[in-house]
Amino acid sequence: MSKPEAASNGMNRRKFLGAGAATAAGLSVAPGISLISVAEAKPVDQTISSDQRWGMLIDTNKCAKGCSACVDACNDENGLNTGDEQRSRQEQKAQWIRKVDLRDKLTGHEVSLPLMCQHCENPPCVDVCPTGASFKREDNVVLVDKHICIGCRYCMMACPYKARSFIHEELTNQLEYSPRGKGTVESCTLCVHRIDEDTANPRDPACAEACNAEGHKAMIFGDLKDANSDVSKALKQHSSKAIREDLGLNPGIRYRGI
Amino acid sequence: MKYLHMMLVLLTVVLLGSTTAMAEVPSPKIPKGNAEQCVEPTQEMRVNHMEYILHQRDETVYWGVRTKKHSFKECINCHTVKDDAGKAVTFKDERHFCNSCHTYTAVKIDCFECHASTPTAKSGANPHSSINSLIKMSAAGSKE
Repeated sequence: MSKPEAASNGMNRRKFLGAGAATAAGLSVAPGISLISVAEAKPVDQTISSDQRWGMLIDTNKCAKGCSACVDACNDENGLNTGDEQRSRQEQKAQWIRKVDLRDKLTGHEVSLPLMCQHCENPPCVDVCPTGASFKREDNVVLVDKHICIGCRYCMMACPYKARSFIHEELTNQLEYSPRGKGTVESCTLCVHRIDEDTANPRDPACAEACNAEGHKAMIFGDLKDANSDVSKALKQHSSKAIREDLGLNPGIRYRGI
Repeated sequence: MKYLHMMLVLLTVVLLGSTTAMAEVPSPKIPKGNAEQCVEPTQEMRVNHMEYILHQRDETVYWGVRTKKHSFKECINCHTVKDDAGKAVTFKDERHFCNSCHTYTAVKIDCFECHASTPTAKSGANPHSSINSLIKMSAAGSKE
């Protein structure tokens, strides 16, 4: 997929950024000192870039056992398990995020955590996809292009986190920003429709938003490449782990307290 | 093959645009959109609407470009047809804008197996979007 010429007036991204830099230079009062900094907001007609990487830090100490606010919010946001899908067996229903309870056999210590697509830097689902439908965006959000997904489900087999679901039923009444249909695979999108609204300051994904609203505040979402983002600061301050770190996938979702 | 396809499409357009009534083949009843003018000239859209939608599709899916001018969502928002009860009809209804012509031309589309064929009234949907303001913007030469 080649990068499109985004701006309609014949100005490509490189020229656009160059023009922006020139403007900023014009506002500097002396070499090295400028009055305003150039905002990093992505205009709606500009493409996403690898200058950002979206991720999350989940604090399992704050995640309440038995609470499923994140799961409910995800289902609601993306219109999962409505209509004919309710007929599906429990294990076949769409599941973009799920709660997992772990118990240390030795000490009896229990933790509860939400598990979803981990948005790996080296995603196995992308490696195995025969059509190129499973792909990683420039900002490291791993998605399925359902237009070219043939529903073979190799990616579901390859994913060590069991993060993907297959749609078994014909659907109606989908949400306009969450198109989904029978015969394709899907998973957590990190709510890209929210990210693309404003990449400088995106709304939290539905799961994190619900977690905050419940008062648990266990999920911190943000740009991992921005040292000043809440998530980067928290990651720098506290020790955290990726699940199955041994696989070397470098997930964008990391956990505390496991 | 491409040439043949274009010829067929052009022929369809000529037939649709023809004012001479042909008793054997009743013309389809294509509902008007909710704005004065489409984002591109009507004739252009009749022939090439699928190209615009396809182009925008890849830009959105892969590159996060969510401009409204050629977006599928805005097609649906503007070309809504309401039934007698005032509820927007889905693609399954023969009065639906897309269905009215695609049934006539016998071109099967699978857009609506995944996409919503009626506007969504929910969080995330922008209630302030208006195709008229988009047209004014593009007419003024600003970015789409």
